[in-house]
Amino acid sequence: MKYMLLIHHNPNFMDNPPEPMDQIGAEVGRLIDELTASGEWVGGEGLADVSQAKVVRVRDGIPAVTDGPYLEAKEHLAGYCMIDCDSLDRALEVAATWPDARWMGIEVRPVMTPGGEEM
Amino acid sequence: MSIEEQLRGLAPRVLGTLVRRYGRFDVCEDAVQEALLDAALQWPRDGVPANPRGWLLTAAHRRLIDELRSESARRRREEGLAREPPQGEATDEDDALELLFMCCHESLTPASQVALTLRAVGGLTTTEIASAFLVPESTMAQRISRAKATIRAAGARFAPPTPEALPVVLHVLYLIFNEGYMASSGAHVARVELSAEAIRLTREVHRRLPDDGEVAGLLALMLLTDARRPARARADGSLVPVAEQDRSLWDRAKIAEGVELVEESLASKPGGPYQLQAAIAAIHDEAPSARETDWRQILAVYEVLERVSPGPVVTLNRAVAVAMVHGPRAGLELLETLDEPLRDHHRLAAVRAHLLEMAGDEVGARTAYERAARLTTSIPERRYLEARMAALRRFGSEDETK
Repeated sequence: MKYMLLIHHNPNFMDNPPEPMDQIGAEVGRLIDELTASGEWVGGEGLADVSQAKVVRVRDGIPAVTDGPYLEAKEHLAGYCMIDCDSLDRALEVAATWPDARWMGIEVRPVMTPGGEEM
Repeated sequence: MSIEEQLRGLAPRVLGTLVRRYGRFDVCEDAVQEALLDAALQWPRDGVPANPRGWLLTAAHRRLIDELRSESARRRREEGLAREPPQGEATDEDDALELLFMCCHESLTPASQVALTLRAVGGLTTTEIASAFLVPESTMAQRISRAKATIRAAGARFAPPTPEALPVVLHVLYLIFNEGYMASSGAHVARVELSAEAIRLTREVHRRLPDDGEVAGLLALMLLTDARRPARARADGSLVPVAEQDRSLWDRAKIAEGVELVEESLASKPGGPYQLQAAIAAIHDEAPSARETDWRQILAVYEVLERVSPGPVVTLNRAVAVAMVHGPRAGLELLETLDEPLRDHHRLAAVRAHLLEMAGDEVGARTAYERAARLTTSIPERRYLEARMAALRRFGSEDETK
């Protein structure tokens, strides 16, 4: 089963990190190494600051690009990763070891599969 | 037979010969993979050698010696290493079964057992396996290499199969089959081929263990399920329930083979879970139409299955048979016992929706279809459930205008 881990993030985080940033970075690096070694890591990236976000809307066939209207939100998406593991329990276990889980939250979402059973 | 098919058949035999001789499953497996790549490049160009197995064995042996030498150069443990390649026509062609049991070693997770089986016994490349499981090649490569290291650390020995390990092996084959069968509503060829691969491997196990009823049962179950594949999805990938399938598309040869296997094994052996599931599949497959399905017989087999191998999913399936024999209300009553064990299981909601629809409770059915659609993680299942819900809504709104 594939799961997407959405890493939530507080915009004030950068000004006032709860733990030294280099320590958090090293912890994430170790975690990715472990997940890679176990063959569970599918992929993932961190996202640039929300001030860089654009939103595209197409109305009447005309695309309009604006700055993200979500700038004022209390929570942003800081990054994502995708893992392929044996169970939801395992995905939750991975989420619990992600450093951001200690101060914000990691949203765990099952990924849809293209196959299915006829009923 | 294509070169690719030929190589897949030879791979486990060559690997078996090497592992039997050298132990070192992990290193032997790498060597065989490299030899397979050599063959895949050279054979189409230079022609298939007169003794393909001998050729592969020599090539793999050379790779293995290279690897062991560089290892022993590092470790100064060169002694005891054979210089001569083993004979290509030794009487060890059945090593594939021992290999299969090794790949399904209890120290591995099911996902790793599946990946390793497909590579070491199925002769698939890592790229093919990664593509079949929709993960990047690096993820699959790592999973396989971790699995090999785990087997090595666990001290798995190349030994004759034991009866206790057989259920795990059959479960792995069943998982591989199911991956492929479920995928057949989409257009993902590499995934669909997993079913054929599982059938091929199960046939091999059946050939080696012809007296095991559950091996015969699993092979029969796969054939009887796979027979319906051509009818299970429409051109757009949407799923067709068994009752609505065009039975003229079902594969008669597979049905005949499956029915014979299951009848033969049930006549002489106690019915295990795979045999009983195959028997149920046979009753479905032999019915000329959905209306002529012998649900009483299906219900009787489910009652036996529930005694042999009790579990909430078996009860769920029995509830469908109960509804078909005794009416939807009786089926729905049985479902109530499953609310706790299968609380967030989409199939409980889907079965409930169907039975409520049968009972004429459209509002209840709509709610249950919606819940099932929210719970499933399968795209075609969600589409199917949403379509059933939408059909009820249309029907309902017509009702209101009356």
